[in-house]
Amino acid sequence: MLLVKNINVNLGEFNLTNINFNVESGDYFVVLGASGVGKSVLLESIVGIKKIESGNVILNNEDITHKEINERKLSIVLQSVDLFPHYTVYENIAYPLRIKKSKNVNQKVLHYAEKVGIENKLEKKPETLSGGEAQRVALARCLATEYNLILLDEPLASLDVKSKYELKMLLRKLNREGITFIHVTHDYEESISLANKIAVLEKGTIVDLNSPEVIFKNPKSEFIANFIGHKNFIKGKIQSVNNSDLKIFTSDYDIDIYCLTDIDDGEAFLTISSNDISISNQKEKSSNRNNFYGKIIDIAKARIGYEIIIDSNYKFAVAISKESIENLDLKIGKEVWLSFKASACKIYR
Amino acid sequence: MLKKIKNNYLNLIFTFLSGIVILFIVAPIIGLYFNSTFNGIIETINESEVQESIWLTLWTSMTGTLLFSIFAIPFAYLLARKNFMFKNLINGLIDIPVIIPHTAAGIALLGIINRNTFFGEAAEFFGVKFIGNPIGIILAMSFVSIPFLINSARDGFASVPERFEQVALNLGASKLKVFFSISLPLAWRSILSGLILMWARGMSEFGAVMIIAYNPKITPVLIYERFTSFGLKYAIPVTVIFVSICLILFVLIRLTKKK
Repeated sequence: MLLVKNINVNLGEFNLTNINFNVESGDYFVVLGASGVGKSVLLESIVGIKKIESGNVILNNEDITHKEINERKLSIVLQSVDLFPHYTVYENIAYPLRIKKSKNVNQKVLHYAEKVGIENKLEKKPETLSGGEAQRVALARCLATEYNLILLDEPLASLDVKSKYELKMLLRKLNREGITFIHVTHDYEESISLANKIAVLEKGTIVDLNSPEVIFKNPKSEFIANFIGHKNFIKGKIQSVNNSDLKIFTSDYDIDIYCLTDIDDGEAFLTISSNDISISNQKEKSSNRNNFYGKIIDIAKARIGYEIIIDSNYKFAVAISKESIENLDLKIGKEVWLSFKASACKIYR
Repeated sequence: MLKKIKNNYLNLIFTFLSGIVILFIVAPIIGLYFNSTFNGIIETINESEVQESIWLTLWTSMTGTLLFSIFAIPFAYLLARKNFMFKNLINGLIDIPVIIPHTAAGIALLGIINRNTFFGEAAEFFGVKFIGNPIGIILAMSFVSIPFLINSARDGFASVPERFEQVALNLGASKLKVFFSISLPLAWRSILSGLILMWARGMSEFGAVMIIAYNPKITPVLIYERFTSFGLKYAIPVTVIFVSICLILFVLIRLTKKK
């Protein structure tokens, strides 16, 4: 349905680089990423608000890269509430119908309003609606374009828990009825509960694209790893030593980590649970293959116990008890040793 | 305590100074009403010369406002939405009619529309006369008052979030449709305020109009003529009537802004 081929968008200090993905009819496609990685810009490029430097956007086999916004035949709900303030809810929903000179405007407005559950708000002005109601009206207005592909920019971001839950149900229902969605969000729970495909966006580029199950089972980005509780997520290269399963992981942080793995040499991702790292004041002799010297830069209360951040080129997160902090006299600025076993490292590709 | 007294003194001095400014503005206007008699005003209202003059002033200023709004409103939209070369310079040029003496504005305008110029000749060929004609009055009034409309409309368009226009385009509307259904209605209050301001400013113009069209006489010219020919006493009733009309317009402007 929508093919995004190698698009690049230049925004001065910030770029979207080589974005590729394919959204098929009936998909619920979620673009997941932290704030400021270019998610909104990506949507705005697809609808034509932002100019694409190179690459193509193809909708239903038609290249729409250089088409005017009003000729693209895909609709968007922008992050900021974007209902026309001088029109009632009814007039907002009727807007695309009147442009198309559609017949039975009354009937259709009522039909779409009922679909999203705001049929009793038709005479209201947008300023009197709650956040959830406003998003529903914006959705109904998109449905009234009858384009079948709707782009959503953080539609649930500013809603309370109840409205969020209800709107998610509505989005799932509309998706089951045949509407294709591209939804950008920073909320991974939102993406799990809605998506059948997820693209993870980091620093203006897609670092992972797969089904939610695969994405969260084998994280390929720090963003996802953090979500599923892997605080220590490192990119680098695996190198064999003497044909053994004990291999060296050379990271981008100028530290070499021993790991026990059967994964072949090459680029990979390494995670170490913060529970598997121990701290000591002196270097100790043990079976731990990995020993690093570093400085404590943060100590914070965690849900269970405490979390200490130690900077040894890479900033390791370590889970620790209050008693251990007191016994070892750990404080911010103190230099300590941290160690972990090669078998504690999990390697993904 | 000392500080409190000092603060109170400051408030007192500032209030006193503000009072003088208000008095300076209001006293001459109130004085006008005190210096005129009810009978005098009724008599003046009944004079056909006064009636014709007030009507002429109202309609020429209104016609100029409506005619030039066709050009000024799209121009204001461009200024609010587009970036182009020399935009700052153009924004500055718009205010020129406000800052130059209005007799000078009249002379400048006369320089390009008199019979010996291309415009003058072309207009005369089609049977249109600028000098001593309502058309000349319209041009002179519009020249000095158009900045008020452009500036107000530009600010109005600039305050409409571009997002609304982008959303309307995304919903399939043409750019023209977006302008008429989104930008114009959302900027309407500022535009209306600009239109009223331009109309009122045009009506009160004297200098530029006097240079181009002394006759037929608009009210400011009539007031001037009655003052120079007959003295203050004869100028006051027509002044009171005209100022009253201007005040009503002023109240209208305040009401549209307030909403």
